[in-house]
Amino acid sequence: MVTIYERKLGFEGKPGLSRRELLKRGGASALLVISGSAVISPEHAWGLETSALKPETMATLIQMARDIYPHDQVPDKYYAIAVKAHDEQAGKDPAHKDLIEKGIADLDVKSGKDGYTGLGWEEQRVAVLKQIEGTPFFQAVRGGLVVGLYNQKEVWPIFGYEGESYSKGGYIARGFDDIEWL
Amino acid sequence: MAAPFDLKNDGVVVIIGSGAGGGTLGNELAQKGVDVVILEAGARHEYEDFINDEWDSFAQLAWTDKRTTSGDWRVAKDFPNLPAWIVKSVGGSTTHWAGASLRLQEHEFKTLSTYGKLEGATLLDWPITLAEMEPYYAKAEAKMGVTGTNDWPRLPGNNNFKVLKAGADKLGYKECHTGNMAINSVDRDDRNSCQQTGFCFQGCKWRAKWSTLYAEIPKGEATGHLEVRPNAMAIKINHDASGKVTGVVYADKDGKLQEQKARIVAVAGNSIESPRLLLNSASSKFPDGLANSSGQVGKNYMRHTTGSVYAIFDKPVHMYRGTTMAGIIRDEARHDPSRGFVGGYEFETLSLGLPFMAAFLDPGGWGRSFTTALDHYDHMAGLWIVGEDMPRAENRITLHADMKDEHGMPIADVHFDDHANDTAMRNHAYKQGSALYAAVGATRTFPTPPYPSTHNLGTNRMSEKAADGVVNKHGQSHDIKNLFVSDGSQFTTGGAENPTLTIVSLAIRQAEYIAGQMSAKSI
Repeated sequence: MVTIYERKLGFEGKPGLSRRELLKRGGASALLVISGSAVISPEHAWGLETSALKPETMATLIQMARDIYPHDQVPDKYYAIAVKAHDEQAGKDPAHKDLIEKGIADLDVKSGKDGYTGLGWEEQRVAVLKQIEGTPFFQAVRGGLVVGLYNQKEVWPIFGYEGESYSKGGYIARGFDDIEWL
Repeated sequence: MAAPFDLKNDGVVVIIGSGAGGGTLGNELAQKGVDVVILEAGARHEYEDFINDEWDSFAQLAWTDKRTTSGDWRVAKDFPNLPAWIVKSVGGSTTHWAGASLRLQEHEFKTLSTYGKLEGATLLDWPITLAEMEPYYAKAEAKMGVTGTNDWPRLPGNNNFKVLKAGADKLGYKECHTGNMAINSVDRDDRNSCQQTGFCFQGCKWRAKWSTLYAEIPKGEATGHLEVRPNAMAIKINHDASGKVTGVVYADKDGKLQEQKARIVAVAGNSIESPRLLLNSASSKFPDGLANSSGQVGKNYMRHTTGSVYAIFDKPVHMYRGTTMAGIIRDEARHDPSRGFVGGYEFETLSLGLPFMAAFLDPGGWGRSFTTALDHYDHMAGLWIVGEDMPRAENRITLHADMKDEHGMPIADVHFDDHANDTAMRNHAYKQGSALYAAVGATRTFPTPPYPSTHNLGTNRMSEKAADGVVNKHGQSHDIKNLFVSDGSQFTTGGAENPTLTIVSLAIRQAEYIAGQMSAKSI
């Protein structure tokens, strides 16, 4: 089971979120914390529990997802949701688990002694991704993101996309022709 | 209401497919008192079931049965198992289409005579002329409620159109308006007028856009002469010793094979499935497939020379609001070889929602070049290029040698290579489209590659001579007189225009012919 759960700020007593936290700096991105079987973003009050993949793998996968489709205005949480399907699939399919774990391990090796998330600049990480972009691992992660990231209704407003409109009567009275700068 | 016909009833006309061709033909025949069974591979989703969500709607309506692809077109690389974006549902692709309803131009019926022989192209004149088609175009426009005809006002322009129009004016284009759309601009035909909802491709929940699903089929059913049988996937057309077709074998909703007997069979499964069915109906008498003595079944596959141009501006556009394709520039649709290619193309407004923009803007693309485009999604305007592509014998539908579907029927392979003329036209259109948006202040433009094909044409083409094509000017096969083709696969060449109006016009004309031949007892 993978659960994305939101923690109320200041609430400390949730199971699985012990203080025995191993800090990992996710490159230039926000702070992600590995705790037991979970990846936690203490500052943004969400966590993701893994069951098949190692939580460190998941943390790296989240960073990789952001580097593939970097949107600075989109919080990590949505990248975490976008890649969590890999944990679910890994639970059902050992070959997929292997693909992801080995792919991430390879990414870390190619990135030097501090691993992929140890590379501080996006350009450095992208240079590593360029080396593997033809691999089934990279394509599985990238391909999954196209739907996994951009089909989250919660991210649409960040891009200014309004989604469903029929129930609101369409745009006939809501700005279908409201452009003013032409 | 809908008359259920017995499987053994061999007096019925069996139509395969319920889209623009099949759905129209079915209603037209039923209105004339002819008994019709339409076999539709998909389920019946009524308009209230349509979903304002791109991926959910795709899952509901799209034809996603596996196909394979080959050739140098980019779709084969990006979407190797999805060569076409068409529909498997009652109403066929008229649930998904955008509504653009344009007549072919006079010269587009005579491409061989007009353009001359082109190396690597199998150009041919249609066996009919624009003059012969005009009365049927007029009937189709009246039936479909096409704006800008019959005193129906054109639709109001949305934001995306206003950007297009401003660019067209700057470039000096003269013919730019909100199009001839089979979308009600006023309430008519007991259907709503357009509410500028967007999601035209996902099925119109207002029924403002013409679709056979609600504008033709229920009228046919009301006569008692039409039955639409959903979840009925045609597998094979049978014939007797004399070579006349006698019935259609189909897999029913439970996957069980049935045979519906028929007096006449009309194939209208779109340009991939129609030749697939004819080829799969090969027998000892017709070893190369039905209606295929010419060897032309499946060949000359056309998909229009397409592409899109999206542009980002420093101020908001919200292109997705309102009617998706109500905006056109026709100036480049002329035949003018001085541009470096024969034939012409249309510019039409187009937008995708964020999920499909991510999937189609640059398939396979990643990194900041890609994501900074999406970051400005609400500042984007977009247009679609739709132009005449060259028919080629090598561009064709074949039965896959090994792979079969769940019913044991070989799946279709779609092979397509661009002709040099297609590439020259697309590049010209990219340049003009980018210039158009630059003229309005675009800060960045994106020449976007073709999507999986929506306009699939030509694979059972019409010809004067039996050696050159599959069907005659009535869509009747040259080889078998009670076998017809009723979809866009009849097109001899593609023209620059969205094909639906021509498909509907041909179906109205074909219904007259079939009813006449039946009364005369000649078929």
